[in-house]
Amino acid sequence: MTVELQVAQGWLTVCELSSLIPGRGVAALLPDGSQAAVFVDRAGRPYAIGNQDPFTGAHVLSRGLVGTAGGRPFVASPLLKQRFDLESGRCLDDEETVVRTYPVRTAVTS
Amino acid sequence: MTEPLPTIVLIGHGMVGQRYLEALAERGVTATHRITVLCEEPRPAYDRVHLTSYFSGSTAEDLSMTPAGFMEEHGIALHLDDPAEHIDRAARRVTSRSGQVFPYDVLVLATGSYPFVPPVPGKDAPGCFVYRTIEDLLAIEEYAKDRGSGAVVGGGLLGLEAAGALQGLGLATRIVEFAPRLMPVQVDEGGGAALLRTIESMGLTVHTGVGTQEVVTGEDGHVSGMRLSDGSTVDTDLVVFSAGVRPRDQLARDCGLDVGERGGIAVDARCRTSDAHVYAIGECALAVDGRVYGLVAPGYEMAETAADDLLGREKEFTGADLSTKLKLLGVDVASFGDAHGATPDSLDVVWSDSRSGVYKKLVVSPDGVLLGGVLVGDADSYGLLRPLTGSVPPVAPEQLVLPAGVGAPVALGPSALPDHAVICSCHNVTKKAIAACDTLAEVKKCTKAGTGCGSCVKVIGQLLPAATDKGLCGCFPFTRAELYEIVRTRRLTSYEEILDGHGRPEARGGDGCEVCKPTVGSIIASLAPTLGASGYVLDGEQAALQDTNDHFLANMQRNGSYSVVPRIPGGEITPDKLIVIGEVARDFGLYTKITGGQRIDLFGASVDQLPRIWARLVDAGFESGHAYGKALRTVKSCVGQTWCRYGVQDSVRMAIDLELRYRGLRAPHKLKSAVSGCARECAEAQSKDFGVIATASGWNLYVGGNGGATPRHADLLAQDLSDAELVRLIDRFLMFYIRTADRLERTSTWLERLEGGLDHLRDVVVHDSLGLCAELEALMADHVAHYRDEWAETLQDPERLRRFVSFVNAPGAPDPTVKFVPERDQVKPDLAVLTIGGPVR
Ligand SMILES: Cc1cc2nc3c(=O)[nH]c(=O)nc-3n(C[C@H](O)[C@H](O)[C@H](O)COP(=O)(O)OP(=O)(O)OC[C@H]3O[C@@H](n4cnc5c(N)ncnc54)[C@H](O)[C@@H]3O)c2cc1C
Ligand code: SF4
Ligand code: FES
Repeated sequence: MTVELQVAQGWLTVCELSSLIPGRGVAALLPDGSQAAVFVDRAGRPYAIGNQDPFTGAHVLSRGLVGTAGGRPFVASPLLKQRFDLESGRCLDDEETVVRTYPVRTAVTS
Repeated sequence: MTEPLPTIVLIGHGMVGQRYLEALAERGVTATHRITVLCEEPRPAYDRVHLTSYFSGSTAEDLSMTPAGFMEEHGIALHLDDPAEHIDRAARRVTSRSGQVFPYDVLVLATGSYPFVPPVPGKDAPGCFVYRTIEDLLAIEEYAKDRGSGAVVGGGLLGLEAAGALQGLGLATRIVEFAPRLMPVQVDEGGGAALLRTIESMGLTVHTGVGTQEVVTGEDGHVSGMRLSDGSTVDTDLVVFSAGVRPRDQLARDCGLDVGERGGIAVDARCRTSDAHVYAIGECALAVDGRVYGLVAPGYEMAETAADDLLGREKEFTGADLSTKLKLLGVDVASFGDAHGATPDSLDVVWSDSRSGVYKKLVVSPDGVLLGGVLVGDADSYGLLRPLTGSVPPVAPEQLVLPAGVGAPVALGPSALPDHAVICSCHNVTKKAIAACDTLAEVKKCTKAGTGCGSCVKVIGQLLPAATDKGLCGCFPFTRAELYEIVRTRRLTSYEEILDGHGRPEARGGDGCEVCKPTVGSIIASLAPTLGASGYVLDGEQAALQDTNDHFLANMQRNGSYSVVPRIPGGEITPDKLIVIGEVARDFGLYTKITGGQRIDLFGASVDQLPRIWARLVDAGFESGHAYGKALRTVKSCVGQTWCRYGVQDSVRMAIDLELRYRGLRAPHKLKSAVSGCARECAEAQSKDFGVIATASGWNLYVGGNGGATPRHADLLAQDLSDAELVRLIDRFLMFYIRTADRLERTSTWLERLEGGLDHLRDVVVHDSLGLCAELEALMADHVAHYRDEWAETLQDPERLRRFVSFVNAPGAPDPTVKFVPERDQVKPDLAVLTIGGPVR
């Protein structure tokens, strides 16, 4: 099983699902030079959002801790700990802030 | 032209004097008057009531009652060490010992009392003391060194306290009381008997019904014993007189003010003396009801009365009750109201259990009004009963004295008290005023309740709204300490198991959160060897729990780069190792800084550089400095005896030993420590979670200090320890802290929160009162035996190393957004200046 992310050029293979630790993330370098943070939750579902922390400018969201709030998964930024919903990209601690999300899927390795 | 301000001169800066100044400040009088204070003692007002706690580790500063900056803020001139010697009432001037003359418009006498020393032969011999001031304590402490026994003359409240203090100094202690029972003023015969049993069971010798006839001296002229009125002679190395106090009214007598027959400056209900320009308050005053009060609460009320009178406000002081609760460790004694049943027709309700040394008596009127009582051996209900005095209790009196379970169906709670019940008698604060607050801190700040003798604190706690959910976070209904117990006793090593088995129902099956994950991670890590879990924090599921810093074994800095911090135990480092650090920093372009904890931090490493940097450091013999985890950081040291001409012990060796012993120990908060080689304290050990200061005969251990945002001086836990004793105590202290502290709770806040405070901590870790110490030591022994360096292990494992890449899909590529610019010959992060808190647009 691999994890794939949708970018302008189509589905981009990021890594093997088995190389992701449930509850933690990794960063992926995208063709346009931007970065995505890719996570897998306890149930094995993958998520992908932008890697840049909008509060500090650093590209670090992939290194935050994953949790569940109100039944939905989020990641807490490792710098100042704001939480971002992994499905919508919305910041749970500041209504006006949203990070981008990427469609993501797992695919059977051919 | 402006009129000169009217002048108030206060003589005596004791507890009541200080309270008077505060009362003036609260009423705005400090702005409209010039105020001068003459103080005989070398220090401003301190808490005499808690004087004895000086022997259990409180410092003179802890006892201070004068808020920092108070005098300056209110423009009060305080003259220390300069007592008033003469009052000229005609000219309205006071002359002090240094010869200064102070004119006054209003004079306030708050000179307190002096200890009465019976006129027995030998009473002035070296080795005779009184018990009133900090200076008295210092003198007793000094004299008691290398001496074996002591005696207290007087078995009243103060005498028992002094006896407890002597025993605490390691002296075999006896009490000689003239009356047929101990605490004759406060307790009745039955109570005295129960008290006697308890005191004797503590190892003190008590002689009642005998007087002291003579203090016997040895060949050197120092105290060697006492001859008693029954003809017997007892040996003792020192004698403390605590046979009552007498008001200090000499100044008043000399200037012709009215004084009572048996002493005390006579005042009216407004605390005015026979001269309308002069007030007297506190223990020097003879109140309108013909009494001289030797307690602080009535003194405070007089201070308020005198301050009100100055403003023409109606307030009268006509008397106060004599409620007291003894603060002696191990003896619970309280008496309140009409304890002796002096009211005509009053009835006694008594419960006595001589096996357990419990004696409780309530005095009630025929129509059921509670008049007073005596509690010995179990004074828990004092805080509740005292405010009920004067009213008909909502339950039958016998239910108030019977122990729980013995026909006591309803437990009387503070909710039963009427709104106007006075809960804090020191500061005259009612239930209503307390109920208006939310926290104890707020109560203390807004009403002062609980800041006097402290006996009301328990009831105040029961009156405050019950702290709502104490749970760690949205996922767990337990505190960190409770979770620790669950993990320890059930031997759980899997976060998912813990969450699904013990989490809140709505959180089970989920991913937890950023609060409980690292907390559980830390608990499992600190218990790992004992639970049989892998000690390596990045193994398996543990890896997902760690805070991001632990995850990469490095500290993330603001641009997403990391710092590298090798351990330098005790701050001692060889030239060769220094050179390696320099070379590594140069080769990887890192910013270097020597830190406050005596290490060298290297900043600006990218994730993918971490393994290569650490490979070189580990090769050169460095270990992880744990700058990332909630763990022991450093044990700082001064150069100590080896190099320093003042040093009395080898502080460097001790610091290294301690740092190596506790390295890697996961705790609720990071831990810091230091060791100083002598009392000059160059390593600043008293600002650490645990600090060690060398003495000529060993080590003093201080705990609960911290620098940071709310600095706190550490408290002295134990003195003159040997190397082995020191290590054993620190083992116990750290493990007890790890076990019971809240998440992210520093030792300082933990210690302040701990019920019973430092005394309780000392009971647990020094005297093993909970029988826990063997277990705590075993836990630490496990930790020490299983320590492995995290970086050395990581480097040996290719699987683990795979994590250290910037991009999962481009392992070789560094993160292009991590950039640096030069500053002062080194690098700093290249980041737009960010406003912390708001998003970067
Ligand atoms: C060990 C101990 C335990 C106690 N426990 C309790 C308790 O549990 N509950 C309770 O209610 N009370 C207790 N007390 C009593 C309580 O401390 C006193 O009631 C209270 O301190 C009285 O305050 P004060 O200001 O009147 O006198 P003090 O606090 O004695 O202050 C008087 C000050 O005036 C100074 N002074 C005297 N003459 C002059 C002069 N000519 N010029 C300048 N300064 C002068 C003295 O040096 C002193 O500093 C205890 C006392 C002691 C010693
Ligand atoms: S604390 Fe004492 S021994 Fe250590 S450096 Fe300072 S003066 Fe010397
Ligand atoms: S009763 Fe003494 S502090 Fe409240």
